[in-house]
Amino acid sequence: MAKSTEEIAEHRFAQFLGNLLRFGVSLAVIFVVIGGVRYLSHYGMNPPNYEIFRGEPADLRSIPGVASDVLSFRRRGFIQFGLLILIATPILRVAFSAIAFAKQGDRTYLIITLVVLAILLYSLFNPT
Amino acid sequence: MNILEFTLLVGVTSLVAGFLGALTGLGGGSVLVPVLTLLFKVDIRYAIGASLVSVIATSSGAAAAYVKEGFTNIRIGMFLEIATTLGALVGAFLATKLPTSLIAIIFGLVLLYSAYLSTHTNHDDSLVLQPDLIATRLKLDGSYPTKQGWQSYHVQNVPAGFGLMAIAGVLSSLLGIGSGAVKVLAMDRMMKLPFKVSTTTSNFMIGVTAAAGAGAYLSRGYIDPGLSMPVMLGVLLGALLGARVLTHAQPKILRLVFSGIIVLLALQMIYNGLIGRI
Repeated sequence: MAKSTEEIAEHRFAQFLGNLLRFGVSLAVIFVVIGGVRYLSHYGMNPPNYEIFRGEPADLRSIPGVASDVLSFRRRGFIQFGLLILIATPILRVAFSAIAFAKQGDRTYLIITLVVLAILLYSLFNPT
Repeated sequence: MNILEFTLLVGVTSLVAGFLGALTGLGGGSVLVPVLTLLFKVDIRYAIGASLVSVIATSSGAAAAYVKEGFTNIRIGMFLEIATTLGALVGAFLATKLPTSLIAIIFGLVLLYSAYLSTHTNHDDSLVLQPDLIATRLKLDGSYPTKQGWQSYHVQNVPAGFGLMAIAGVLSSLLGIGSGAVKVLAMDRMMKLPFKVSTTTSNFMIGVTAAAGAGAYLSRGYIDPGLSMPVMLGVLLGALLGARVLTHAQPKILRLVFSGIIVLLALQMIYNGLIGRI
């Protein structure tokens, strides 16, 4: 069976998405490593304390909080920012898929993709 | 033990988990949460948060390689993601309500099930199926490259697959795992997708599903940067190494050994959950 031009276009788009994901992961790793080195060089000699669950402080729980942590160069905030980038990569992938379906004029899948995107954004912005 | 030693140990453990998880296709998250809770005495909620983050890292990291081969069916993935992401929200909600001992027991049972599945794989790619009405409406059918050229397939049992995917989503965020076993079960056995298409599409969905769970966990303070850092970096590096070795090896024995480890960890989780130590 021969591949149609539409399939080739779809395949090329998939490759673009793949590269986007790789870029997102790399960027996340950079932030996590920088934050991690600074965190370890400062707290490395303290005892770890994960046996009792206390939950993270408010600044590490929200996007604005993490963003202001990064701007004030806080160690754990830097790592958390990298983790946020990582969480954002699949969301970005879904967003780009929506654009692709819109370009193809595929309304059914545009709606399906936007529903998924809405659920993802809800989970990130609305704690219940 | 200080934070530096703790971080190094967790990092190396995560690397091994990611490596074995990629080699065997069972995922690193399935062993990480038990090891972190049983061995490193980390509260299971921190462990689940860190593991879920590493699941996204492996999924996004591996996806770049997969999509180039043309196996992933993005339409199926996207359609089923409605089910998995909604399930993930339910799972994250349940995680705050259920006692941690019950979560540990559920974790153990899911682990036992995925170990069972991994040693009982039978993928007969019988593709002489009739087109399904719902699948045709949703344009889910596709084709994938084989040695004989492009082979088309017809998707079956869409509602049942969708329902099973919702359960996979709940388990993924409740337990901090990719729950690839349940996803492959839904697509492979229920919806009759060719094995290569179901595994790569499952990987595509794992990242999106985990992102829904991780988003909810982050805002609830389950994701600790100090713990997630070595877990994420270790699993990612291990998975990349594993994927590189995978093309040269047929790890049947390794798969059995890894399944054995998983069974042991599962029993430990169930036991500790039952006596209320987790």
